[in-house]
Amino acid sequence: MILVVIEHQHGALKDINFELLTLAHKLARSRNEEVATVILGSNPVSFIDAVTSFVNKIFVIEDSNLENFNNYLYINYLSKLITEQKPNLILIGHTGQGIDFAPYLASSLNLPIITDIFDAEFSDDKILARRTMYGGKLNAKVLTSAIPAILTVRQGSFEKNLSPITSQAHVERLTLTVDSCELEKSKFLGYTEAPSTGIDITKADVIVAVGRGIKEEKNLALVEEFAQEIGGTLACTRPIIDAGWLPKDRQVGSSGKTVKPKLYIALGISGAFQHISGMKSSELIIAVNKDPEAPIFSVAHYGVVADLFKVLPALAAKIKELKKR
Amino acid sequence: MEIFVCLKLVPNTQDTEVRIDSSKRDILKVRLSYTINEADDYALEAALQLKEKVGGQITVITVGEAQADEMLRMALAKGADQAIRLSDEVFTNFRYDPLTIAYLLAKAISQYKYDLILTGAIASDDGYSAVGPALAGFLKIPSAAYVTYLELIDNQRLKVSRELEGGLLENKELALPCVLSIQTGINKPRYASILGIKRASSKPLTVLNAGQLNVNQKDLKMFIDLVEMYYPEIVSKAQIISGNEEEISEKLALIIKEKVGL
Repeated sequence: MILVVIEHQHGALKDINFELLTLAHKLARSRNEEVATVILGSNPVSFIDAVTSFVNKIFVIEDSNLENFNNYLYINYLSKLITEQKPNLILIGHTGQGIDFAPYLASSLNLPIITDIFDAEFSDDKILARRTMYGGKLNAKVLTSAIPAILTVRQGSFEKNLSPITSQAHVERLTLTVDSCELEKSKFLGYTEAPSTGIDITKADVIVAVGRGIKEEKNLALVEEFAQEIGGTLACTRPIIDAGWLPKDRQVGSSGKTVKPKLYIALGISGAFQHISGMKSSELIIAVNKDPEAPIFSVAHYGVVADLFKVLPALAAKIKELKKR
Repeated sequence: MEIFVCLKLVPNTQDTEVRIDSSKRDILKVRLSYTINEADDYALEAALQLKEKVGGQITVITVGEAQADEMLRMALAKGADQAIRLSDEVFTNFRYDPLTIAYLLAKAISQYKYDLILTGAIASDDGYSAVGPALAGFLKIPSAAYVTYLELIDNQRLKVSRELEGGLLENKELALPCVLSIQTGINKPRYASILGIKRASSKPLTVLNAGQLNVNQKDLKMFIDLVEMYYPEIVSKAQIISGNEEEISEKLALIIKEKVGL
């Protein structure tokens, strides 16, 4: 059995579930495994309907405390389920939720785990997975010592490609309880959106984004001026936010905003996976970077391999000239 | 408050090319400098700020060779009180297995009194993000990953915010002791002062081997292992614009004008 742990937030299923199911189908075909899923929630009916034709079996753990994600509850319930059902493989999204319980589950059940994988196959009675290292500069093949094993799967690694395998999955409702004293140890309080400074980069037609290549905070002025010249909005990668040079609502990427402007100009951005996932659907992408092997060039339409501090002033001057004509 | 901060020494690969060595299981180390993992530096700063507020003791701990001592001394110079390095020939086989690393840290930390354990959210080399939550699993205490805010409610409870996708934060309350994996950007890591560096040399740095951790070789289970590294296939779809700055600018300006007008 391959078990997919369903992720939901604010009462809706996340896209990652269907990516996980796509991988589960691929792996199940290669070894003749059943595909099962587990839904932990306070009102799981609509979630059941959404996945029922893609799995053989659905385990439902219903608890009013599960309306929102709580890692401690997930760990408690999933440990019991996995011990009872003995799936050969457990698939979890490599997301803010998934990483909050998957490694914990692995250590408490003494199971191998490979996190942030982008592909996997059975290799005899082991799992061989592929993942990136050194921020995407290298890839690695990693092997588990045995199965059962846990994998957390990078978002966007599998395009949703699912054919129904049953007309209706067998639904098994589990009545499990967690000690109320344990509940007190980890309590969900609520969600908050990142504070906004009034700029919504997702509405911008033109975005000029900067990354580590900007080197110093004072260099931002140069880019800001250029952005204004072409009617663009300034945005950035995570390191710029971490350094406190720009507010959080300017961040493009998986932990920031996903943008699809008409024009995206990436300056000094190498193109970490997390950034690319937030801007790759832009209509036209121009990237300026010193490193010809920077992954940003794999999504850019036009690339310039050069020092941005040399190109930018010349480009700003050229734009001014064009506007005068 | 007794705070442990788990640190990792990593190669500085931000602005360098990373090449695979002949074993295919490691990278070429020549000319690489080593540094504290970025997220761990934020975790250390979070511990230092907590100690300044409520008092207590900070222990920094790592699994690694003597090469890591400089990183530990720097943490002591910033204000940590003692350092522990877990080092044994048998440990090196497990360098690609975050669960075993977490197990060793759990074995060491559980020999002491602890209220709070901090790790970085992700290591810049292998990027597993697994040690913090796995450590909590071995110690059977609550945990939170990707923490971007923390505040002590009293000496038994903590309020944290965790980062989810799209900038959404999950707020929760945790009972101590617990493990938090700290995300970059949560604070502004300090530099060590000259006085701090002087003081650091007299602070204790203890090296513990497998025997001192009560770990037998047969207790150590290899959960996962790295088979080989390979280079990603870069499918560059970009049309590269070349020339001098003048020529590049001319072409870019026209592309921009055509797309969005000016």
